[in-house]
Amino acid sequence: MTFWQSLIDAARLLLTGYPELWRVIGLTMQVTGSALAISAVVGIPVGAAIALSRFPGRHLLVTVLYTGMGLPPVVVGLAVYLFLSRRGPLGGLDWLFTPPAMIVAQAIIAFPLVAGLTIAGLEGVDPDLRLQLRSLGASQAQVVRALLVEARGGVLAALLAGFGGIISEVGAAMLVGGNIAGQTRVLSTAIVLETRQGEFALAVAMGGVLLGLAFGVNALLLGLERRPNWRTGR
Amino acid sequence: MKGAAYDLLGVTRVYDGRRVLSVRELAVQEGEILAVVGPNGSGKSTLLRLLNFLEPCSAGEITYFGRRIEYPPPLDLRREVTMVFQRPILINGTVRDNLAYPLRLRSLQNRDRVEGLLAQFGLERLASASARKLSVGEYQRVALARALAAFPRVLLLDEPTANLDPYSVALIEGIVQSVRAAGRTTQVLVTHNVFQAKRLADRVVMLLEGDVIEAGNTRHFFDDPRDPRTAAFVRGEMVY
Repeated sequence: MTFWQSLIDAARLLLTGYPELWRVIGLTMQVTGSALAISAVVGIPVGAAIALSRFPGRHLLVTVLYTGMGLPPVVVGLAVYLFLSRRGPLGGLDWLFTPPAMIVAQAIIAFPLVAGLTIAGLEGVDPDLRLQLRSLGASQAQVVRALLVEARGGVLAALLAGFGGIISEVGAAMLVGGNIAGQTRVLSTAIVLETRQGEFALAVAMGGVLLGLAFGVNALLLGLERRPNWRTGR
Repeated sequence: MKGAAYDLLGVTRVYDGRRVLSVRELAVQEGEILAVVGPNGSGKSTLLRLLNFLEPCSAGEITYFGRRIEYPPPLDLRREVTMVFQRPILINGTVRDNLAYPLRLRSLQNRDRVEGLLAQFGLERLASASARKLSVGEYQRVALARALAAFPRVLLLDEPTANLDPYSVALIEGIVQSVRAAGRTTQVLVTHNVFQAKRLADRVVMLLEGDVIEAGNTRHFFDDPRDPRTAAFVRGEMVY
């Protein structure tokens, strides 16, 4: 099968609504969205706390976080696998080869990206602004919120990097999800499988959807950043 | 009869073992404009940060409207005092967003107040302009308007007209005087410009290397200073 033939077949599959494809897209969105939400809810406050405080060991902690930004996903997958396996400390949850296991692994992969880039974003804000916000009557929580709005470019980059890290990830999803059809098969793992099986049209279709999703989410978040209400935190 | 907005007694501030401010006794009277003058590094900005409750004093006590302040003071008390910094930073948004910001922090209705400030400060045509695209003079006016937005009981001004053209200086001085005339806000003005202190202040304090070397009403300060260093400073000579 030629490259162009694969593309034509892929377009046909997408247009005719191949049911397995849509199931995989749905699960990908569910797992990616949940993992990104968890990593954002934990990572942004942790990043803000580290960026805005001074304590012994802070430099080491930042170094560890930055190192975590390059964490090999397959190693994270292996660790989560061992924790969730029947004899592991969290084996009782019976999450292995289920979407929750994939969400946990991918949230762990995205967390250092979100926290680390939040730190970098906040450190780019003029340090005097913090004092000036307090002088205007801001409480500690209001100061943090205003600084995050000021550093929104960095926070947005953190979310996009986390999203990119999750949606493109194969190793951990394969290890802890098992790539089970209809249950834990997501776009990235399905592409690997379909390619191995010689189903190039389906693999290309899924690759196109993956790129489309990534583009759509990036466009959405960048569009939000340009909204005046979001800019001013109202 | 108005009392003291602040009473400072034996207040010192030490950074890394170095004493940068030492005030044996200083009062700021309610409703007045107190000018604080002195060369660079004399402790003027440190004094303002203490009056703004942004940092604790290393020793001594500060009484604010008869209430002894323990650091950190409660938020509602801290919100009575605002400051225009020497290098003010506006938040990323429009001029209107910046003026509304202190009111939003306090959950106060802001529409009429913001429109009033825009008119008072001659900023109507810039209301929707990005704060980051203002000229130096406009930027400083917005910073002053923002500090006044939530009707502060005390306004602290750290070199509010440094590097401004005469038109902007006159505009800002006019606003400081109108705030004084309204009588609800006590103002402490740090300035290098002795002529500005003479034009605006009811009383003047001279700081040198962290010490108050002279404090008195403006006429006495300029016409009959007790300390020869004050006399030299007033004449525009170098003082160390």
